[in-house]
Amino acid sequence: MFAAEAAETAVSWFYTHAWVIPALPAASFVLILFFGKRLPFKGAEIGITAVAAAFVLAVLTTFTWIGDVQAEIASHEEGVTTEEHGTTEGGTTEEEAPATSSEEEGLSSGEQAAPAIPAAEEEEEGAHATRGAPIVTERTWFSNGADTFRIGTLVDGQSVMLLFVVTFISLLVHVYSTDYVHGDRRYTHFFAFLSLFTAAMLYYVLSSNTLQMIMGWELVGVCSFGLIGHWWEEKANSDAALKAFFTNRVGDIGLLVGMITLYFASGNTFDVVEINSKAISGETSHTALLVASLCLMAAVMSKSGQFILHTWLPDAMAGPTPVSALIHAATMVVAGVYLIGRLYGVFWMGLSIPGSSINAMAAIGAVTTVGGGLLAFVQRDIKKVLAYSTVSQLGYMVTALGVGAYTAGMFHLFTHAFFKACLFLGAGSVSHACHHSFDMKADMGGLRKYMPKTFATFIIGSLALAGIPPLAGFWSKDEILVGTGVFPGTDGNGTYWMPFIFGMITAGLTAAYMTRTIWLTFFGEYRGHAHPHESGPRITTPLIILAFMAVVVGFLNLPEPLVSTLGLPEGWAIRFEEWVEPGGIASFPAIGHASASLPLALLASALAVLAGFLAWRYYQALYAKDPHAAEYTDGLRSRNSLAAAGYKVLDNKYYLDHLYTGIIAGATKGPIASAAYWINQNIIDGIINVAGKFSVGLGRFVYHFIDQGMVDQAVNASGQTASGSGQFLRRIQTGQIRQYATLMFGSAALLVAVFIIAI
Amino acid sequence: MSAVILAQEALSRTESGVVNAFFAVLAIVAVVAALKMVTSNNVVHAALYLLVVLSAVAGVYVILGAEFVAATQVLVYLGAIMVLLLFGVMLTRAKIGAETDLDNEQRWIGALVGLGMMAVMSYSLWEGFGDDKLPDSMVPQTTQAVSDSIFGTYLVPFEALSLLLLAALIGAVVVARRD
Amino acid sequence: MYLNQFLILAAALFCIGVYGVLARRNGVLVLMSIELILNSVNINLVALSAMNGDVAGQVFALFVIAVAAAEVGVGLAIVLLIYRNRRSIDIAEANLLKG
Repeated sequence: MFAAEAAETAVSWFYTHAWVIPALPAASFVLILFFGKRLPFKGAEIGITAVAAAFVLAVLTTFTWIGDVQAEIASHEEGVTTEEHGTTEGGTTEEEAPATSSEEEGLSSGEQAAPAIPAAEEEEEGAHATRGAPIVTERTWFSNGADTFRIGTLVDGQSVMLLFVVTFISLLVHVYSTDYVHGDRRYTHFFAFLSLFTAAMLYYVLSSNTLQMIMGWELVGVCSFGLIGHWWEEKANSDAALKAFFTNRVGDIGLLVGMITLYFASGNTFDVVEINSKAISGETSHTALLVASLCLMAAVMSKSGQFILHTWLPDAMAGPTPVSALIHAATMVVAGVYLIGRLYGVFWMGLSIPGSSINAMAAIGAVTTVGGGLLAFVQRDIKKVLAYSTVSQLGYMVTALGVGAYTAGMFHLFTHAFFKACLFLGAGSVSHACHHSFDMKADMGGLRKYMPKTFATFIIGSLALAGIPPLAGFWSKDEILVGTGVFPGTDGNGTYWMPFIFGMITAGLTAAYMTRTIWLTFFGEYRGHAHPHESGPRITTPLIILAFMAVVVGFLNLPEPLVSTLGLPEGWAIRFEEWVEPGGIASFPAIGHASASLPLALLASALAVLAGFLAWRYYQALYAKDPHAAEYTDGLRSRNSLAAAGYKVLDNKYYLDHLYTGIIAGATKGPIASAAYWINQNIIDGIINVAGKFSVGLGRFVYHFIDQGMVDQAVNASGQTASGSGQFLRRIQTGQIRQYATLMFGSAALLVAVFIIAI
Repeated sequence: MSAVILAQEALSRTESGVVNAFFAVLAIVAVVAALKMVTSNNVVHAALYLLVVLSAVAGVYVILGAEFVAATQVLVYLGAIMVLLLFGVMLTRAKIGAETDLDNEQRWIGALVGLGMMAVMSYSLWEGFGDDKLPDSMVPQTTQAVSDSIFGTYLVPFEALSLLLLAALIGAVVVARRD
Repeated sequence: MYLNQFLILAAALFCIGVYGVLARRNGVLVLMSIELILNSVNINLVALSAMNGDVAGQVFALFVIAVAAAEVGVGLAIVLLIYRNRRSIDIAEANLLKG
């Protein structure tokens, strides 16, 4: 009904009223908090209603957006095709543009050649010449002095995509949780936090300026903290919550510094569109952009679990499983990836993504994919396997954005959300059946007989994750590998060898560790002591829906060569790219698109199948001797010392936790305390006289140095100077505030006099 | 308050010579009272001299067309802060009479520093604003303009200030509490 | 009217206040001198506000008055505490920072 009305107006109702979507769960949070406990379903019904309403709105917004983008493409095809745009100056290759995107490329280079479009006029410009320009609805939040702070929503392909994903998975997780945490003592509290999280994430996604992004970012962090520590009575859980919070604090410093740098570098603005436009047009200095992108990278590393700051994410599995699925797999952890996409102009220019062969983002992402994938091998806890797998897949997304394959990164974010949520909820279903244990070796095995629905959906999710065609993960992972631009005939934005190689390794690793997980969980003999049973419909229905999505969403972005080869309708190709990635607007860089390569797809799939097969044979052989053993002594690592050493490193998680808590925290804790004491004793007292002390020391040093002319004597002398001046200055330290004040005012007067005379 | 506005209106009608004379009187009163305040041997007298200085400064505000600041000066400084200071005198049981040792042995250094600062400041003020004159037709800033500015442009500092006052309130209670 | 007549009045009050802070023994008297310093700053703010026809100076003068109120409150609390612990408000006796 609304859609029909809105389609006629210039800017749809859904764009201007996008704020309603986060407002619904926010209202639900307040309502649950105040009235939840008195309601028949303890507040769950409010949460589900609000999120369902938000989901409906998000779907309508998505369809409106898709309709508008299609209309833009259609109108531009009519109007612009007559113009001649030969080569892609905006892109990075000097050859002819790939067939997939020559028109967009040509258009964008034409736009770039024109004077930069002011951000304010973008909406009108976007109507006829471009595609996917962000639609900003803002009003003044507050003003202070000459600065006005605005608050509003920004709707574009990226935010619409996230709106859909967040509301969809949140709704399923809400339904799932009514069964999963049924009877929990903080059931109402749990639903309140889920609502708050959903609201915060949607708010973050719709932010139109960096100030709002910081708010949303911190809010989701708080919700994550609260939900990881949901069962805080156990120390491990509250420790995990604290660890998540503190690790994220490290990154938040980067976020703040980066955002402040951007604010000043882009001429006192928080506006996302303006920051991006100025970065791309070269108005902002490259140094500032580099500093800002490196600082923001630290934030991405902490929030999106990138290597060396990823350690909190596996521990975050201490929270309830629905939380792991929603927050620590599908939505919150991609906030970092979303940040990169939102400020892509900044990263694009700051890290010089086009035409290079390595940059901080691609390197971090690549290391994370392999590092996380390897760690997944040594976990007994099924959720931790999935957590490290999430780390690894997030690494893929960051790699993709780092090599300039924007759509590939966003598409992987999109597909990953569905199959990873499916896997997490499946793991929750398994543990629900096995006395809430997550230990694959001790309490699982052979579960396929007892829980067929969970088994089937878990298999689908795993295949999608492992990148087996034609499931969702295959399409997005293939695009990332293509996007590195290494494989012959792909033509990406640069030649990124290291991300390519690491990506290929991870393709194999993913298949292998997921095979291990499936084998340990569902095959062999049951090794636990419970009576496993299939979970109820409120758990299995979301699983089935997610598994269905994991199968189909990959088809949203079929590569163009494939579509033409198979003779499918032309409209089926690169849908997702057209919907999500803006084209030819000032606030988004002109990205070159890699073209898909069939040999590469075959190679990656073959690698995955081979790795999965090998892992399968290994575990089959291992458990053939004693199907009920909970721990193996004659596995690979007891036969091969190299494997044993590797296992030890992995089992200790690369010793990062030791480094953080033992070495860094341990080494700073004591010294900081004593340094603080020392400062108290020496500095604060002497602060007024620091200048005097320094000049006396310097004077004596120079005197002795020049006088004696010998270095060793000077060294001796400076030692004596230090003790001598210390003795002398000690007498000045009377402790009399009055004297200090006299010195301060006197020095101030003297300084002014010096300035007057000197200037 | 209405007296202030009346004075303001009277001033705006009078010639600048009269205003200047008025200012001269206020300035002399303020400086003399301030000097008496920092040299007085009686704490309560010092407080009363401070009262005189603050009133004179309020008069200066009226001359400058800042009626609301003048009114606030009277209400907050002369009313609240002076009472607070007198309470301080009372609670610390200072003698209500002459004391001999209110100054410390450092007063000459203090005087030197004060004179030195006065010298450099006067010099730089002469250099900087030697001939600058206030506009002849000085439009008094109305209270409405001030409040529009506080609750519009400077709302955030205002909110921060209210937090500061709260923190100071709690801090003062915690520090001075007997326990 | 010259701008300087106000600014120099303010400077004079400021210096007298500084002298008071430096020369006085009694904690309450030191606080009074600080009030004098703050007032001289306010005169500057208001005078320059009148000079530029901008109301911002007056706004900040008001803010300074509010901060001064907070300062006196906390300052008196500290003086009271010193008095209670030492039976004297001679700030020369508060010399725990002596090196």
